[in-house]
Amino acid sequence: MGEHGGGGAQERGGRGASAGPAGRRTAAAIPAIPELDRCVHCGLCLNHCPTYRVTRLEAESPRGRIHLVRAAAEGRIDLGERFAEHLYLCLMCRACETACPSGVQYGRIAEAARAVLGPPGSPVARWAARAVFTRLLPFPGRVRRAARLLGAAQRLGLAALARALPGRVGEMAAMLPAVPRHFFTPATEVFPALGPARARVGLLTGCVMSTLFADVDAATVRVLQRNGCEVVVPRTQVCCGALNVHNGEVASARAMARANVAAFLAAGVEAAVVNAAGCGAAMKEYGHLLADDPAWAEPARRLAGMVADVTEFLARLGPLPPAGRVDLTVTYQDPCHLAHGQKVRAQPRQLLGLIPGLRLVEMDGSDRCCGSAGIYNITHPHMSRTLLREKMQAIARTGARAVVAPNPGCMLQLRYGARAYGPAVAVYHLVDLLDESYRAGDA
Amino acid sequence: MTDAERTTTDRGSAEGGRAQRRGLVRRLREIVGDRHVLTDPADVVVYEQDGSILQVLPEVVVLPASTSEVAAVVGAAREANVPIVPRGSGTGLAGGAVPAEGGVVVSLARMTRIREVDLRGRIAVAEAGVINLDVTRAVAGQGYFYAPDPSSQAACSIGGNVANNSGGPHTLAYGVTTNHVLGLEVVLGDGTVTWLGGRVPDPPGYDLTGVFVGSEGTLGIVTAAALRLMRAREAVRTLLAIFDRMDDATDVVVQITAAGIVPAALEMMDRTTIEAVETGAPAGYPRDAEAVLLVEVEGVREYAERAAELARQICVRGGAREVRVARDEAERQRLWKGRKGAFGALGALAPHYYVQDGVVPRSRLPQVMREIAEIGRRYGLRIANVFHAGDGNLHPNILFDMRAPGQLERVIAAGGDILRACVAAGGSITGEHGIGLEKKAYMDLLFSPADLDAMARVRRVFDPDGRFNPAKMFPTPITCAEMRRAPAAIPAGLWI
Repeated sequence: MGEHGGGGAQERGGRGASAGPAGRRTAAAIPAIPELDRCVHCGLCLNHCPTYRVTRLEAESPRGRIHLVRAAAEGRIDLGERFAEHLYLCLMCRACETACPSGVQYGRIAEAARAVLGPPGSPVARWAARAVFTRLLPFPGRVRRAARLLGAAQRLGLAALARALPGRVGEMAAMLPAVPRHFFTPATEVFPALGPARARVGLLTGCVMSTLFADVDAATVRVLQRNGCEVVVPRTQVCCGALNVHNGEVASARAMARANVAAFLAAGVEAAVVNAAGCGAAMKEYGHLLADDPAWAEPARRLAGMVADVTEFLARLGPLPPAGRVDLTVTYQDPCHLAHGQKVRAQPRQLLGLIPGLRLVEMDGSDRCCGSAGIYNITHPHMSRTLLREKMQAIARTGARAVVAPNPGCMLQLRYGARAYGPAVAVYHLVDLLDESYRAGDA
Repeated sequence: MTDAERTTTDRGSAEGGRAQRRGLVRRLREIVGDRHVLTDPADVVVYEQDGSILQVLPEVVVLPASTSEVAAVVGAAREANVPIVPRGSGTGLAGGAVPAEGGVVVSLARMTRIREVDLRGRIAVAEAGVINLDVTRAVAGQGYFYAPDPSSQAACSIGGNVANNSGGPHTLAYGVTTNHVLGLEVVLGDGTVTWLGGRVPDPPGYDLTGVFVGSEGTLGIVTAAALRLMRAREAVRTLLAIFDRMDDATDVVVQITAAGIVPAALEMMDRTTIEAVETGAPAGYPRDAEAVLLVEVEGVREYAERAAELARQICVRGGAREVRVARDEAERQRLWKGRKGAFGALGALAPHYYVQDGVVPRSRLPQVMREIAEIGRRYGLRIANVFHAGDGNLHPNILFDMRAPGQLERVIAAGGDILRACVAAGGSITGEHGIGLEKKAYMDLLFSPADLDAMARVRRVFDPDGRFNPAKMFPTPITCAEMRRAPAAIPAGLWI
């Protein structure tokens, strides 16, 4: 085994056999993906790929994975275990898209291949993943009940017990933050603008944000109000479906997308504001996701065009400068689905620059994945930890006391990193700090 | 026996041979560990190509992590009597890393250590798998750089650079890889590890380092290189001149050098390339221009400023409709971005491209560019030109779709015509990409049978068995079209 750890075979304990019939993946066939034609295998993506950097294996690079999908589409290799492992060791961070001179949208290629493969892992893991994707995530009520159960377990001390368990369960329990007692379930659907109204916007509350990070949702509403936005929280919205798309559960993802398109278009807003980078990137792809659905393609494109990350939206609107001092040295982690997925890099830094007293020190490779990547830290703990350790070292070199990462997945991962590896930095969403500065200024 | 004959007899599917190869895989696993010996189709298929359009499936891929592992791998391959094909990052454009006769592909991608940096001696010792740009990154903070800068420098490896004697935009001022390699650690065919050259320039005796640089993996495996570091220049000035006529742009190239300016780089892109760049990853080049010329001068501040102003005047007098001057490093990076990504960006226009690497005397540029355009018209093919104009190193990229019947044959015929035009103008068939598989059929345009035989004898001194990267460089009847056979299903378990 390599000194780096990580790697498809290692994660799954042993080499898969792709010879012979592919068992449960017999019906699979890779569809024609026009995007494949854009890749001329120049290799400029290689060094931007976190999994290639660790493994140095061509099959764990974007160029290699595209070649695998192409070979499978041509019927030259079957969709065996090894193929699936290579496609699923990818973090879907899309750093390769930033590097690609041809503008290949790698994410779409990988998503199409994963849609054929279905969720990753053993049959039990696949069954569990399917259950989460189709029976839990599409239903906000169930998500909240599950989170409440988790919170109760934590308060009973069961979580501490679980953390003490060896292996995967213990690690997973250690990654979870304390579940707050109150979730973001506002009684009112509309929050008025403070001061002269400048815009009417919708807010995606998000499945993880509204439960584990309910305070971030609340802070987002306050910051938007403070900037003259009337904020609508459509009641019929659901989880964005990003996890489903990334893990080959396209049918349920489409249903969730339709629900959100309907909810936000009915709200009569000019923008759908999202405070989770992964959700925003997924919603901007709704037009692509529902392109073949005659009834929904046009509305989906329309909503996709209205979606904006909260930092992107505020920068565009022209943020009112906050007055309260926040004396803190921070470094900024570019969430992959913000920097690579949505090409939003300057706006968060611009907003941080508005906060009096705040000092931003850039880290090396701020746009390199921290290893969170949706459920990746659960499905591929080894590679995830390898990347997290590198990330924490880069953070340590800045000397910053806190990390700003406007995405719940990154926040969970970095908080875990701060506990497990140090340095003991605080982890904030960007709106946390903006909110603090506005409130301190108003007080 | 020729390489081809040797492998044909060896490659019989006799049970004895299969058992021997199973033994080889077992031995390789002992050397580098299970994880770094690849035989599964889903693992090896990605090594069937490099940056070129050629594909041949390897039988086994091995990724050693140290020089001693490389030596042991070479020993094992020799015992099993199979070919060895070294591979760096696989960004080559001539099929040099494509395993033409199967065998073991040795990827040096895990050898990524910079063993030593000696700034006073201005030397860095880098392993073969170190990425070109990482050498400069390691010393940039102290004001140094590694000069050869292939456009793929963010991905290509030092080992690959050495194999191909790679150039780059700044070759014009600083020379190619061979001018920056002081010594090489190599593994020879019998498994010997030795250093060629040293830490100082021009050691006495035969220049064996020079023989190895550019040998395209046919003499042995380079595992590390002692590289010359250069002091960063005090000032850099970069201009982008925009032309409505290709002829004006090529004339300006001749005039700039005639005026006694030695630009650090003098790069040209034509209208089709501009379209690709602006479609794939926009750099802000005007889409309606016929050509853009990127001029970079560097040196002490006074020189850089004067040379830049002189170059600007020559461009304007020569018919440039606009000259943009980068005001800071960010603007400079923007001007360069399109050039560095130009090859990859061609995917935005067509699924495949076939790049030529011909060199012509600078003074013949205008004429040869017109001939290339004519060849494109004659074959009904689109050609995108992006090239190192300053040293007359052309990169006409023929755009096509492999799946369209008959296209590949036409493309290869057009490519041959382009190279013949270059040679007829007093030039050569390759400037920096190497011969590989892709241009070996054209070696006899430049060399007589006696020349080629002399080269073959040099090769045999190092590699008497012809085991290293067989079927490369030397002309054989195999054509490009044959190398790119119709994709066939890959049998599971291949030959093991």
